[in-house]
Amino acid sequence: MSRELLNNKEMDRAITRMAHEIIERNKGIEQICFVGIQRGGVHLSSRLSAKIKDIEGVDLPVGSLDISLYRDDVGIRKGQPVVRKTDILFDITGKKVVLVDDVLFTGRSIRAALDALMDMGRPDAIQLGVLIDRGHRELPIKADYVGKNIPTSLSEKIKVQLKEEGMEDRVMLIQGKRD
Amino acid sequence: MTAECTFKSKDLLGIKELSKDEIALILDTASGFRDVLRRDIKKVPALRGKTAVNLFFEPSTRTRTSFELAEKRLSLDVLNLSVTTSSVVKGETLMDTALNVQALGADFMVIRHPSSGVPHLLSGNIKASVINAGDGTNEHPTQALLDAFTIMEKKGRIEGLRVAIVGDILHSRVAKSNIYLLTKFGAEVRLIGPPTLVPKRLEQLGVKTFYDMETGLKDADVIMMLRIQMERQDRGFFPSTLEYSRYWGLNMERLSLADKEAIVMHPGPMNRGLEIASDVADGPRSVILEQVTNGIAVRMAVMYLLGGVRG
Repeated sequence: MSRELLNNKEMDRAITRMAHEIIERNKGIEQICFVGIQRGGVHLSSRLSAKIKDIEGVDLPVGSLDISLYRDDVGIRKGQPVVRKTDILFDITGKKVVLVDDVLFTGRSIRAALDALMDMGRPDAIQLGVLIDRGHRELPIKADYVGKNIPTSLSEKIKVQLKEEGMEDRVMLIQGKRD
Repeated sequence: MTAECTFKSKDLLGIKELSKDEIALILDTASGFRDVLRRDIKKVPALRGKTAVNLFFEPSTRTRTSFELAEKRLSLDVLNLSVTTSSVVKGETLMDTALNVQALGADFMVIRHPSSGVPHLLSGNIKASVINAGDGTNEHPTQALLDAFTIMEKKGRIEGLRVAIVGDILHSRVAKSNIYLLTKFGAEVRLIGPPTLVPKRLEQLGVKTFYDMETGLKDADVIMMLRIQMERQDRGFFPSTLEYSRYWGLNMERLSLADKEAIVMHPGPMNRGLEIASDVADGPRSVILEQVTNGIAVRMAVMYLLGGVRG
């Protein structure tokens, strides 16, 4: 069983609003750059950057971050996560980094991403943007920009589909088995 | 969701035992680590809290330091045991040494040994991941992996390339591992050297043998020079080093027989002026020092992937 939480129009509106919030909160776009967590976060970063270009007429840099080497569950899970490319072609020192992920859940990926970013430089600030916040945090982490808050149960799954991956833009809630 | 990849074995014993997919996975993962090595902070916490023991029963500088650096950059705790300082000189058996190392809490055991098959023997008897860093004349899998990674980086593919391996194939574990890997990926492998060191029977592995450089090197895309192992030459495989270098040494003139984009590789340490001329070793076609750097990334990838296999 699955239910649609966002369709393509709603997703686009949410991203547009987040772009405006980023500009408003930072009183402009000075020193802002985007770093997306592989893989969904990278596409969302590019879209936020494109929205800001529509609004302010400026291209903000976008990087991609792979967090598999910073995870806290090596040896607990079976197998290792695939190491994808980290591609941040600009110096993040002194920048305001907007870290972007598709779904915020336990907060552990964000913890890993923060550690990875700290190894690459010393940003002035790191802010967090997510398309979906589904709750159930296990660490004291909070998003600054949220596309949609969706309270979920632990047995449910959130699936974010993006057109960059060859699917129609939408977010689905997939029912899990009842315990 | 994060994609996952699993390795069948907890150990890396040889290239022979690996599938093509597993090799491709190691090479892909290594390119992620190559990026890490280009950063200011070259260390990641991926294997924090685990321990690696480097057990070397044969002299080695390059392989041991490369493993040690790879381990440190994965945040492993590292212990180095070499034969001259260990209780092996007091008569301890190999298996006892390994079991003691395991009792110290080793998660990874990197082993080099003068006898072929030692890593295989240990693998069945200990829980730690055993990584073969060279066993006798059998295999040196991480060297072949780093060679493949370097070829991929320079040529973008392995399939269909003409790869010439020159020198003492008979005693070379590097050549053995490279032959397994390159033939799995569909390269045309040519072995070149004196008949005493390039036995015809190796053709069973799907390679061609040549006794002269002039025909063997023609249009080659990759030339791998092997070290003449002076310590193994007491049985007269060739009359003299001078004669060897005259017939099978790589100089500029012979290099010109190969493809004009050909790359020159050497696993080190080099005997300059014997198997390879200095102007070739230091020339624009040489990727010898890149092999060394890539070695760290490849060994990091191997340990990272084996770290995800639960015994």
